[in-house]
Amino acid sequence: MPLLEVTDLRTYFTTDAGVARAVDGVSLQLEAGETLGIVGESGCGKTVMALSILGLIPSPPGEIVAGSSIRFNGEELLEVKPARLREIRGNEISMIFQEPMTSLNPVLTVGHQIEEVLRLHRGLKRREARAAGVALLAEVGISEPDQRYDSYPHQMSGGMLQRIMIAIALSCEPRLLIADEPTTALDVTIQAQILDLLVSLQQKHGMALLLITHDLGVVAEVCDRVVVMYGGQVVETGTTEEILSHPKHPYTQGLLASLPGIGDRDVRLNPIPGTVPSAVDWPEGCRFRDRCSFAWERCAESEPDLLPVVAGASRSARCWLVHPDESSIDRAGKPT
Amino acid sequence: MVRRLLGAIPLVLGIATIIFFVVNLAPGDPALRFLNPNMTPEVLEQIRVNMGLDQPVHIRYVRWIGALARGDLGFSFTSNRPVLDIIKELLPNTLVLSATAIGVAFLLGILLGIVQAVRQYSLLDSVASIVGLFFYSMPSFWLALMMVLVFGLFAYQGQWFIQFPPSGMQSVDYAFLSPMAKVQDRLMHLALPATSLALVLAAGIARYTRSSMLEVIRQDFVRTARAKGLSEPVVIFKHALRNALIPVITLLGLYLPFLFSGTVFIESVFAWPGMGKLVVDSILERDYPVIMGGTLIFAMMVVVGNLVADVLYAVVDPRIRYD
Repeated sequence: MPLLEVTDLRTYFTTDAGVARAVDGVSLQLEAGETLGIVGESGCGKTVMALSILGLIPSPPGEIVAGSSIRFNGEELLEVKPARLREIRGNEISMIFQEPMTSLNPVLTVGHQIEEVLRLHRGLKRREARAAGVALLAEVGISEPDQRYDSYPHQMSGGMLQRIMIAIALSCEPRLLIADEPTTALDVTIQAQILDLLVSLQQKHGMALLLITHDLGVVAEVCDRVVVMYGGQVVETGTTEEILSHPKHPYTQGLLASLPGIGDRDVRLNPIPGTVPSAVDWPEGCRFRDRCSFAWERCAESEPDLLPVVAGASRSARCWLVHPDESSIDRAGKPT
Repeated sequence: MVRRLLGAIPLVLGIATIIFFVVNLAPGDPALRFLNPNMTPEVLEQIRVNMGLDQPVHIRYVRWIGALARGDLGFSFTSNRPVLDIIKELLPNTLVLSATAIGVAFLLGILLGIVQAVRQYSLLDSVASIVGLFFYSMPSFWLALMMVLVFGLFAYQGQWFIQFPPSGMQSVDYAFLSPMAKVQDRLMHLALPATSLALVLAAGIARYTRSSMLEVIRQDFVRTARAKGLSEPVVIFKHALRNALIPVITLLGLYLPFLFSGTVFIESVFAWPGMGKLVVDSILERDYPVIMGGTLIFAMMVVVGNLVADVLYAVVDPRIRYD
């Protein structure tokens, strides 16, 4: 049984412009101790997907559509009582966010914000919680943890704050850590440190890591498997090795092609043309076809399904190029 | 902080100067209130001398400021008592009334604002917004008159279950009441004037708290708090509220002038023996020293209130430090 099993997750938002289908039928699995990378541009639904797992989608306007399923350790998270969900949050599943500068409460000391989790989930007394909190700060590499414990967030740098966030997330030894672009807002040198820290802590504690990023370099370094998302859907999955060296989907190929290489001063960058369309009206047919250089009539006619690249393989892609022989499938949930 | 306190001194001096000239340059002669048909011009002139009104205005100004520096506010023209004694007697009454009003206003306003923000666009939010706007746009003295009419007169005529005394600070038989009954009597007298003042302020505070809270609950750290597994009351009251209160505290400084000008009307409506009523009465009597002394005390309370707001700012927001 996988640790996390997301099946046909659909998270829609009601907006003035219409219903935004931010996450539209995502399925993925994560084994205990595994590192799964979620890759895609901004607006692909990666963050909404992650927030849906923890039940953090503000409702209204957000809504997880009936038929979606998120199973954690066999437990259906979309059906548990709020009290049980709060027990899971921060304890069995933790999350760290993109912006460390705004993710901590500016009017409470960082120590207090760590202590809160320890006292809530592990039932520690104030003094024990402080000792455990200081130890956590030391573990995430904060020097002078005892003094830093009583600092306020504005007295620290972004890198240190992200370490604090990691300390908070790890305080209860969760089985799953969701990291939503944890290094995007940081300096490059700090990025590498934070990433190293995450990986070493993951190995030490044996937890699974769901790493959301748009940085393929990060993926290459830490992930076992990769899920590429586009337009609120999974467009390709496979092992990191397979995805990075033999991308099947034109979107994945585009992502890889747009990476600049060090020393390639004379080579022009090769970006994917256009931007991610609005989640309120995804294009008919393949959602990527407007930006795809291989698109032909069939891509406009019907939407390809996410199917194994080779029958029986764990590797799959959502593209007519990969599955030219598949007949069109009438997809549930798609407005006609 | 010390620098801020010292900075308040020239401010108060400036206020005192403006008060003095506004009062003393107004047309009219305070001595004329003692005029009677049997009086000779010499006697009237002697009264002027006694009141210090024979001196030119700049001399009077220097004398008044000099006395002020020694903590002397002069003598009342009408009651022949030191102004300071009168103020000492009445100031506590005003402070009780305004402190109650502002306490109730902030408590009610903040609570309502939170509920409105958490249940945005709910029926309760809409109803509270409309009722709030009603009270916000209402002059407090009119509200006070309606209170007297409804809870004083109608309640008395209709023998309602609750009736509130429409005037004064205590009942005539106050001296004969038991200690518990005394407290109750005071509270009953306080209810209507404090409510008239508080409702108007609370309406504004609720609107501020609502918008401030709405802004805060969308922020990342509130999401972090939820992701940690904290319960909703902890997320709202501990993580969101403290941040949302920062702009609301500014209101304390901003609302004090409204509060004190409110007490001037409210005390007159409810015959509350306080500073507001004192100033109104002394204006009608042309009692210059009392007008000046009373107004100066109000001004100083506003200055002190703003200092308190600044200190509270630093208490709530660790990013602010006064060195």
